[in-house]
Amino acid sequence: MSKITESQSETIVEITINNKKISASEGSTILDACNQADIKTPTLCWAENLTPVNVCRVCVVEVEGSRALVPSCSRQIEEGMVISTDSERVNTSRRMVLELLASSVELDRADEEILEWMTHYGSKPERMGTSDAIKTSKQPVKIQDDLYVRDYERCILCYKCVEACGDDAQHTFAIATAGRGFEAHISTEFDVELPDSACVYCGNCIGVCPTGALVFKTEHDMREDNSWDPDNQKITQTICGFCGVGCNLELHTQDEKIVKVTSPSDHSVTDGHLCIKGRFGWQHAHPKN
Amino acid sequence: MPDIKFGDSLPTDDEKKSVDEAIESYGPATIEVTERLVYAGQLRTQERRHLLLPALHALQHASGWISPGGLDYACRVLEVPPAEAYGVATFYHLFSSEPPSGDQILHVCDDIACSISGANEVLDTLKKEGYETKPSPCLGQCERGPAVFIQKVAAQDTVLCNVDPLEASELLDGNYEEASIKLPQAGSDELRLLSRVGVVDPESLEDYQLHGGYKALEKALEIGDEQIIEEVSTSGLRGRGGAAFPTGVKWKAVADQHGKPHHLVCNADESEPGTFKDRVLMENDPFALVESITIAGLAIGAEKGWIYIRGEYPVAKRRLSKAIETARDAGFLGNNILNSGRNFEIELRSGAGAYICGEETALFNSIEGFRGEPRNKPPFPTTHGLFNEPTVVNNVETLANIPRIILNGGKAFASEGTDQSSGTRLFCLSGRVAFPGIYEFEFGATLGEIIDAAGGFSGSGNLRAILLGGAAGNFVSPESVNLPLTFEDTREAGVALGSGVIMAFSDKDELTKTVHRIAEFFRDESCGQCVPCRVGTVRQEELLLRIADDTTVEAEHELFDDLAAVMSDASICGLGHTASSAIRSALNLGLLENRS
Amino acid sequence: MWAVDPRRTDSAKFADVWLGINVGSDIALANGLAREIIDAGLENKDFINNATTGFDDFITHIEPWTLERTSEITGVPTEAIRDLAHGYATAEKAQIMWTLGITEHHTAVDNVLALCNLAILTGHVGRWGSGLVPLRGQNNVQGGGDMGALPNKLAGFQDLIDENIRSKFENVWGSKIPPDPGWHLTDMFNAMSRSELKALYVIGENPADSDADVNHAREALEGLEVLVVQDVFLTRTAEMADVVLPAALGWAESDGTVTNSERRVQRTRAAIKPPGEARQEIDIISDLAKYLGDDSWGRPTARDLWEELRTVSPMHAGMSWERIENEGGIQWPCPDENHPGSPFLHERLWKQPAEGRLAPFSCVDDQPPVESLDDNYPLRLTTGRALDSYNTGVQTSEYGSPIRSGETLDLSSNDAEKLGIRSGERVLVSSRRGSIEMTVKIDSSLPVGLAFTTFHFPELADVNQLTNSAYDPKSGTAEFKAAAIRVEKLVDA
Repeated sequence: MSKITESQSETIVEITINNKKISASEGSTILDACNQADIKTPTLCWAENLTPVNVCRVCVVEVEGSRALVPSCSRQIEEGMVISTDSERVNTSRRMVLELLASSVELDRADEEILEWMTHYGSKPERMGTSDAIKTSKQPVKIQDDLYVRDYERCILCYKCVEACGDDAQHTFAIATAGRGFEAHISTEFDVELPDSACVYCGNCIGVCPTGALVFKTEHDMREDNSWDPDNQKITQTICGFCGVGCNLELHTQDEKIVKVTSPSDHSVTDGHLCIKGRFGWQHAHPKN
Repeated sequence: MPDIKFGDSLPTDDEKKSVDEAIESYGPATIEVTERLVYAGQLRTQERRHLLLPALHALQHASGWISPGGLDYACRVLEVPPAEAYGVATFYHLFSSEPPSGDQILHVCDDIACSISGANEVLDTLKKEGYETKPSPCLGQCERGPAVFIQKVAAQDTVLCNVDPLEASELLDGNYEEASIKLPQAGSDELRLLSRVGVVDPESLEDYQLHGGYKALEKALEIGDEQIIEEVSTSGLRGRGGAAFPTGVKWKAVADQHGKPHHLVCNADESEPGTFKDRVLMENDPFALVESITIAGLAIGAEKGWIYIRGEYPVAKRRLSKAIETARDAGFLGNNILNSGRNFEIELRSGAGAYICGEETALFNSIEGFRGEPRNKPPFPTTHGLFNEPTVVNNVETLANIPRIILNGGKAFASEGTDQSSGTRLFCLSGRVAFPGIYEFEFGATLGEIIDAAGGFSGSGNLRAILLGGAAGNFVSPESVNLPLTFEDTREAGVALGSGVIMAFSDKDELTKTVHRIAEFFRDESCGQCVPCRVGTVRQEELLLRIADDTTVEAEHELFDDLAAVMSDASICGLGHTASSAIRSALNLGLLENRS
Repeated sequence: MWAVDPRRTDSAKFADVWLGINVGSDIALANGLAREIIDAGLENKDFINNATTGFDDFITHIEPWTLERTSEITGVPTEAIRDLAHGYATAEKAQIMWTLGITEHHTAVDNVLALCNLAILTGHVGRWGSGLVPLRGQNNVQGGGDMGALPNKLAGFQDLIDENIRSKFENVWGSKIPPDPGWHLTDMFNAMSRSELKALYVIGENPADSDADVNHAREALEGLEVLVVQDVFLTRTAEMADVVLPAALGWAESDGTVTNSERRVQRTRAAIKPPGEARQEIDIISDLAKYLGDDSWGRPTARDLWEELRTVSPMHAGMSWERIENEGGIQWPCPDENHPGSPFLHERLWKQPAEGRLAPFSCVDDQPPVESLDDNYPLRLTTGRALDSYNTGVQTSEYGSPIRSGETLDLSSNDAEKLGIRSGERVLVSSRRGSIEMTVKIDSSLPVGLAFTTFHFPELADVNQLTNSAYDPKSGTAEFKAAAIRVEKLVDA
């Protein structure tokens, strides 16, 4: 999908990744360059429609001359940079980031690739101790309305929802990180219930959540009664039927019913973000009476 | 801010008044000119965001907590989304989101230095007597612990030192005086940075000038910005905050940036456990810091300087604030300084209980009104610092060297100390030494010489270990007494000079507890932003407790190595990078097996 | 960002400056801005000389619009008008964006022309980042126009009255096209009232709820000899119909295209099957043609129709079905298959000399709302929309929106106090056309004298009984934005 921009930089930068010379355009991140070179990189807090916050640290790589590892998602390439993506240090850190997360957060509904990366790096979260003997983010699920479910024991604090609610998409700022350290958590002010907050229910937070902490109520309910069946779902891309913006919708359907709605993050009209009508206004396709 | 939504809670009159006062120099974000004409918008909002921290302080001070009504009010006038403001408020230990039970909160230091001088008894006593207490990380009073920071509602905060558990409650009835400075090296000719400490009246500009004050600023204005930077570069001065970066290089980098305003930030968020040197300078020679910042600011082409001081230093805050005002009135600050045509202002900003805000980029975020979460580097502060503008950040002690460099020239300064470590260094001695306190030595003095100067080991048992550089530093064994405490020698020895902490422990001390306290400190002070540090510091502490229970597990050591690796390699900032260094050194020295 | 709106809306709160102008004084403001720009010598003289016509007449026309007079009519201070004029004229790039606040007036077209004057006066048109941007309220209102669903245009905005154009279409369609323009919506209702229009085929619209002065609209619908409604729901209009044709949902059950506000043609795709007897609209219409006696239509697919369109509409000619699929939509004009589509229009005006028809300055006059305020109807009512609802609520009433608060009449705190009304109390709201009961909400950001409501819940509050059907003769758009009302507190029985 071509982005509409006035002009683009064409300056080329030469770097080395894993002993291979690579040319990429100036302003690219190391992650961009890795993708270009077909080097797969795990990411959690990165998304193409959000500003990198580089907090999860799972995408770290080794850059010659840097004492610490650097996050590939946000670090821009520089001429002559020598990068390693599979050194022992890199593999240890990636393994440990996943291990630390898995030891503290429920990941069974996370994007499949997260679980695949854990296997890839050999993460063994169980060696941190059994979940009753160590600190975890276990807590009750928050269901405060008909649209959203917030299940924060699945939250890895990737900040994506905060960004999507804030100045990367919705500019609503209904949620932010509160508290500090391990107690840091995503919250409304004084933890007021979502309908009492500034939330406008665009669902953009749900759209970017990688671990199933934020989900459609429809999805949550179906998962709870074991009828959620991704293998039996199909995704159809269409255009929202409401206003004139022309947001692209991906309708996830199961048994001739829409079960959730996403939007392609690489589409230039709204970069994957929607409003409450696009995200939840589909229910008239299945009228109750 | 269109989607901002406010609750039904209303602020009290006091809360409103305090917030209004805190933001008065800038005014509210939205201006209703008439019923049909309103000025607002992102630019006005952005320009005022840095007032959030002062506004939160105002609320905490007014009613002892950040109440929903008060927070709403601050958010309304600054147009900050309440969820974000709540996120900021809950980041800091000194802001409470629960109403207080009385008119004061006692923050009792139970950190490594105070705990070996009876802090836990103080905490127990005060708790038993019904006071609202909170255990606190190091309060920077290590030479005179146990210490209690008293956060008052609608009255001046204060600090109690040398608190005797038996007399604690009496002291709280108001029968206390501000502790006066006892400088162990008082009167010595060797003192440079400390020469006026305990000698001048910290509230008198006249006294400061009588003791050489403001001569350096006059000379600086004479020789010009380039020459100032030249002298600082020649002096070989390196940062005293821990990173030891050459000051002249930093200044030049910022001075060379064009097109954006520059900032000089004085990092006075001294919070490294065991460190109190900056406090001593600020409390006892505040004008010197104001003069130093002014020179530095002018040299790098800044019109604005910021002092970010930790919230637990009420005396230093008051004295600095007074010094800034007095200096401004006397023409040493503000517009047209000493008729030079140059302008420079200093704003004093108070932290609110967060060790992480001593990390320079976290400090920027804190001043800017965001959570004190460190930023990823690069970009570096010299190009993208405070408000994303070119910024020099210098530690208090670093800046305190500036007047002398200007007056005597960079060469003279460089001739002191060693080749790579010029000038003098302040050391914070605490723990099992005869005379704890702040000491100044020309670089090159060995660990043993410095401990000897403090009267040597004192207390029961034998010297078992010395913590160098604070919680982010390392334990060394008594055999290290011959180590010269210079940048180069400590680097070579693989230990950290850090903020100049030298804390001595006896083999009778419960070192396991000390090590646990360090682990707890990092867990508590982690900002929570990045995974390695947020979860790693928790797992590290759990692991230490497990080791204490069962010393045989080899797997735990493997896990420790992995935790240490991910924290030091993949964390965003120095907190994570160093969170396991002292603990690793303790394990290596076998300090954890030393259980008595 | 400057927001000009009688209400300080959520969008207005984003703005650096909000001007709360009087309802219906948009032309006055635009003329005043233009005069100030010229007075300050900030007009783009090169652009005006190169690309416009009628500038001298325009100068004379706007001469009376001093800042003082503009301020008096619009209700906002002179300094702010001057600042806006200077800010707009001196900006490197500037856009004017609007929506129904400009077009739901009896001066709709003139309002737009007045804004066009500003853009050509300053050269803020035809360049990247500058321009005039009408924001469309419906997903295919642009596409409807593109396809010729206008009384005087054929697909691609080609003039119906042009014989050459007509014959091009007639050749492809194999039938004669009547040469006279039809009626727009408001004309149709008037013709129905005169019993001149006797049969009506309504596709996907609910005029019995959505028209201004719905009492009048409902009477007109009831007087028809035949009413056929094709819709996805049994709307109030459908309930009145002789024949209802249940249709598939356009965006979820049908293949086709829609055109958004930025003229981007994009694909809709069927994700689910239409329920019950609902059928694809293309099939319904093709079958209708058959029953009307034309067997030649067959069963075209959406793609067949699109490919036919490309042969008759030059601005769509380069958009093959594959390209629309692969490129995620293309913005017209796109005259050939190598053309990337057009992110903005009117670049031709910057060519030296300008190409095509030059941009004319329009001398348009301030005309206050048709319905004036008086002692009986002292408050101005303006209607609008809420984020989570859509028009008459047909599609949005099915989902449980946590931010929906139902229908309220929003009053300024000042007016509410004068009337002795508090939030949550019930009132009788009357206009010269009808009365309805509503619940009051006090909105402190509303200026005195202005009342606001949405019309998403006709079952709760039949707001369009109040609104005025006065309309713009040029566009046919009714003056939803300016009615005069009276509010009386209802006392509990």
